[in-house]
Amino acid sequence: MKVRLRMFAVLRERSGVSEMEIELVDGATVAAAMEEVGRRFGAIAELLPRAVAAVNLCYAKAGDSLHDGDELALIPPVSGG
Amino acid sequence: MEQKDDVIGLQSTPLDVNAAVSDAGGSDSGAIALFLGITRRDSAAGREVISLDYEAYEEMATAQMRRLAEEARRRWPISRIVMLHRIGRVDVGQPSVLIVVSTPHRAEAFEACRFLIDRIKAEATIWKKEIWSDRSSTWVEGHGRWP
Repeated sequence: MKVRLRMFAVLRERSGVSEMEIELVDGATVAAAMEEVGRRFGAIAELLPRAVAAVNLCYAKAGDSLHDGDELALIPPVSGG
Repeated sequence: MEQKDDVIGLQSTPLDVNAAVSDAGGSDSGAIALFLGITRRDSAAGREVISLDYEAYEEMATAQMRRLAEEARRRWPISRIVMLHRIGRVDVGQPSVLIVVSTPHRAEAFEACRFLIDRIKAEATIWKKEIWSDRSSTWVEGHGRWP
């Protein structure tokens, strides 16, 4: 299945990617997707443990399953305001 | 439920406080509470922050702000909400976030305004990068900095 990956702030800058499609096995979890991102982008691997994920605009849990066409965003600690 | 005359979103242009207060006001509200977050001068190791660069996951941040407005409306008798956050470059001393809440009486206006700014800061997918006088920059984390 294909998932749209989006990265922001320090993750976007260090990976050099703001948006791309990634191929995952059907039913892959958020945690598995983040491991795959860490393997592909070594420059952000050390930052990912502090990041959380959002799926289709809502914060998600590590064990949540992804579906084909989902938008998976990796969210570093927020600092708005 | 969100009212159609609430004003919620992200913008790359300066925040207009007078327009926001005017948008929030009305004959049904006896109180208007306003919160402005201002970019603060910061210094470390002989250099100063001269501006902040705000980035957002815009679709999610806007959805979050709308959900927070709905939650506030369930808790307090709110007439109108204006909730705007800057993106892009904001010079030190300028407002980066603005919350205006109008209600019949003052207690609810203060409480709802506090609720909204606290939750936006904790949850909304918005990040700031400090731009220093020596032209270096650092991403700000909730509790620290990522160089």
